[in-house]
Amino acid sequence: MTKQQDLTIHFMPYSEIEKEDSTGRIKKILNIILQNKIVIVQGRLKAEEESRLIGDTMVLIDHVKGFKGVELAVVSSSDKLGIFDKLKHNLARMLVGQQDALTIIGPANLVKEIKRNPQKIELFLKK
Amino acid sequence: MIELIKRLTKKFFNIFGKQGNVKLGFYGPPNAGKTSLANRICQDWLGEDIGTVSKVPHETRSVQFKERVVIEKGKKKVEFNLIDTPGIATKIDFEDFMKFGMKKPEAQSRAKEATQGIIEAIKWLEDIDAVIVVLDSSLNPYSQVNITIIGNLVARKIPVLIVANKIDLRKSDIKKIKAAFPEYEVVGVSARTGENMENFYEELFKLVKKAN
Repeated sequence: MTKQQDLTIHFMPYSEIEKEDSTGRIKKILNIILQNKIVIVQGRLKAEEESRLIGDTMVLIDHVKGFKGVELAVVSSSDKLGIFDKLKHNLARMLVGQQDALTIIGPANLVKEIKRNPQKIELFLKK
Repeated sequence: MIELIKRLTKKFFNIFGKQGNVKLGFYGPPNAGKTSLANRICQDWLGEDIGTVSKVPHETRSVQFKERVVIEKGKKKVEFNLIDTPGIATKIDFEDFMKFGMKKPEAQSRAKEATQGIIEAIKWLEDIDAVIVVLDSSLNPYSQVNITIIGNLVARKIPVLIVANKIDLRKSDIKKIKAAFPEYEVVGVSARTGENMENFYEELFKLVKKAN
């Protein structure tokens, strides 16, 4: 008999993190990651939040037994826009937040690698 | 409010230029060759190394400094403080170090130091004036760590130069790095062999001038 393994993907809509501050957003994401689930966030974190997420992940590696970190990737429609379209996109982002991106974060002991190339995402899981 | 005061104070002092106190950070993922490049610069201009290099990832596990590095070429001269940071990663697994022949306690200790080093490197982003992002040109540049580092520097309005290192390798592909980061200056070098360092120094002059 082969051992059955569960894989849970948690979808986090933008509305769920919209009103949170940086600390709240990162805490929410990492709490789910610690439950060994993959999180797909509608939208993307700010640049400083992404680096803070990495910093907080390092703190968790030191303090949570068996936790080895995260794999993360962002796909965004703004990656291949021209200058004028980027301006429009940035204006829209200021008004409604960056909802047209997806952030995928998974625990490193579950997700081996996320390849982003650039409009395609490949998720490689550990055996 | 405090942030505003900080920015105004920084701007006030910047009016007079940094007078050789530019803090030039070396950032990038592990094993991209940050310390190799920093060593190459320090050897070329000071005749000494800044740190040790190794094939084992996370060899640099704390921020290393070299003060008052002066580069002169003809009439051009720049001076900066070189800050070599540990490679930024999103995961650290001590078992990966054991694949390089380390015993478990040594691997665990290295992993702990590596996590601390990453935290330290991220903190330093707040206090850096210009950055050289070192990438391995033989690897896929679309990694989120690379994007996060560069995104952070852009958000902080820190001048950036991307170095596509390891151009001596057969798999090296600078075009891929240029395509991934079209808005930035990319210069290919081999820190190991010294290939194309002349062009690198030309770009370095421009970068440090932007930070002054």
